[in-house]
Amino acid sequence: MSNVVALKKIEAEPGQAQPARISRPVAAQPEETGYRRTVAPEWLVTGLQRGIPMLVGVALFIAAWAILAQQSQSLPGPLKTWESAKQVFAQPFYVNGPNDQGIGWNILNSLQRVGIGFGLAALVGIPLGFVLGRFRILGDMAAPVISILRPVSPLAWLPIGLLVFKAANPAAIWVIFISSIWPMVLNTAAGVQRIPQDYLNVARVLNLSEWKVFTKILFPAVLPHVLTGVRLAIGVAWLVIVAAEMLTGGVGLGFWVWDEWNNLNVEHIIIAIFVVGIIGLALEQSLLLIARRIRTE
Amino acid sequence: MEKYVQMEGVGMVFNSRRGAFVALKDVNLTIRKGEFVSVIGHSGCGKSTVLNLIAGLLMPTEGVMLCAGREIAGPGPERAVVFQNHSLLPWLTCSENVHLAVERVFGGKESKAQLAERTRAALALVGLTHAELKYPAEISGGMKQRVGIARALAMEPKVLLLDEPFGALDALTRANLQDELMKIVAATGSTVVMVTHDVDEAVLLSDRIVMMTNGPAATVGDILEVDLPRPRERLALAEDPHYNHLRSEVLKFLYERHAHPLAA
Ligand SMILES: Nc1ncnc2c1ncn2[C@@H]1O[C@H](COP(=O)(O)OP(=O)(O)OP(=O)(O)O)[C@@H](O)[C@H]1O
Ligand SMILES: [Mg+2]
Repeated sequence: MSNVVALKKIEAEPGQAQPARISRPVAAQPEETGYRRTVAPEWLVTGLQRGIPMLVGVALFIAAWAILAQQSQSLPGPLKTWESAKQVFAQPFYVNGPNDQGIGWNILNSLQRVGIGFGLAALVGIPLGFVLGRFRILGDMAAPVISILRPVSPLAWLPIGLLVFKAANPAAIWVIFISSIWPMVLNTAAGVQRIPQDYLNVARVLNLSEWKVFTKILFPAVLPHVLTGVRLAIGVAWLVIVAAEMLTGGVGLGFWVWDEWNNLNVEHIIIAIFVVGIIGLALEQSLLLIARRIRTE
Repeated sequence: MEKYVQMEGVGMVFNSRRGAFVALKDVNLTIRKGEFVSVIGHSGCGKSTVLNLIAGLLMPTEGVMLCAGREIAGPGPERAVVFQNHSLLPWLTCSENVHLAVERVFGGKESKAQLAERTRAALALVGLTHAELKYPAEISGGMKQRVGIARALAMEPKVLLLDEPFGALDALTRANLQDELMKIVAATGSTVVMVTHDVDEAVLLSDRIVMMTNGPAATVGDILEVDLPRPRERLALAEDPHYNHLRSEVLKFLYERHAHPLAA
């Protein structure tokens, strides 16, 4: 494998000592020829080390699914689902009236609801977390309320939303808001409380203004905690959206699943499950990426 | 010489989960202006507590603390602290860490260029010009401690408080920084209080050594005058009988009269 990479490198630099490739083995005289025997890059090695088991796992999963599907009449197998998926994704943005739209519209509508609900939750939750973490009295006051509200199943909030907003769409957004706000409030508050005393002592010795304390110490120190909260929150929001849309209707992945259940189109339900899973994974991974970027800066 | 920092009958009781803990009891200490005082004692006796009291980071539960004739009501930039664990902000570069302090102390009075110049000068003083743009995680332990010292010095404090500033360093780096510190203090005439558990360091640098008894309820056990002439040369002093006498006085205090409870 390392030879392959070494050869690639040679090709990438054609101007350099081309004849040496023919006359001498690459590794024999690395200094003289200017060649370095390039070891396969680390990402490639670890990628393969982890990638192969991943592929095997996925293959096993699909095999198990195929066997299961053969035993049952109602569950479609991987091939049948794949064929159906090709059709679904061939025309992602068709519109056949309000209740029959392409998968692309369903995804975008769900993402939009999650985006709005989650965005509002971040706008409220993160500052709230800072305040509750910084001022102990407020934190103690809020603690019992949060402890009671947090474990409530997200869908229990739906009737309240319908009651207040008198419309399905805002009610779904409200459910996303209320269920994704807690991880952000709690993680931010915990982050503020866990700031090392040393940093705060620096602030005290320098007698920094509250604004400087916030921008130079509180915010950077808490940022990783905030991002953890955001990541958890977006996971929850995406988890909840399908259920909420099943109940509220409209265009969206959740409603699509429900609609296809009514049509008894099981292939589409399975496709929806994969779409939800893959988008959820993508959301989480992109936030992890952001968090890593910030931490290494 | 005038009295500068005064501790009169100071006691410190911590309210811990297992009840009240008397860390310090009846500490009396007067530090003159321009004096270099070391506080030495076994681990956990309350050296950092004394320093934090002078810094104003802790409030005494008993007694009076004065600085320049006024009660110490809280921390302030005229009493700069070099913390036991350097306490640099990891998200700021070395230069930004120092600049934060410079900006706070001189921000209202001087131009941006002057502030930047102060930051540069402070880092140059500790020989870290090349590391200006590095983050604390990218430099060695000794360099971090030097940035901490630069940050404190850049504030031109009236009192410089050092909590085991060289504790985490190898012997060679430590010796270099000690010499550096002696020069800086000689040049600026600052009042310095330094916590240490290194006997040689205490004798080499100090005008007086405050030796603390073991806690709980620790207090000042004895104060040793170090009347060695300055500037001091570490190599010459190693042979100096008076230096060695002073050194053994401190050792006697620490290992005979107030041996560590674990060692006894
Ligand atoms: N915030 C606190 N709450 C309770 N006890 C404390 C607190 N701070 C210090 N102590 C106790 O006070 C005593 C003195 O602590 P201090 O940190 O001043 O010791 P020290 O002499 O600086 O030790 P070292 O040389 O290890 O740094 C210790 O027994 C410690 O457990
Ligand atoms: Mg200490």
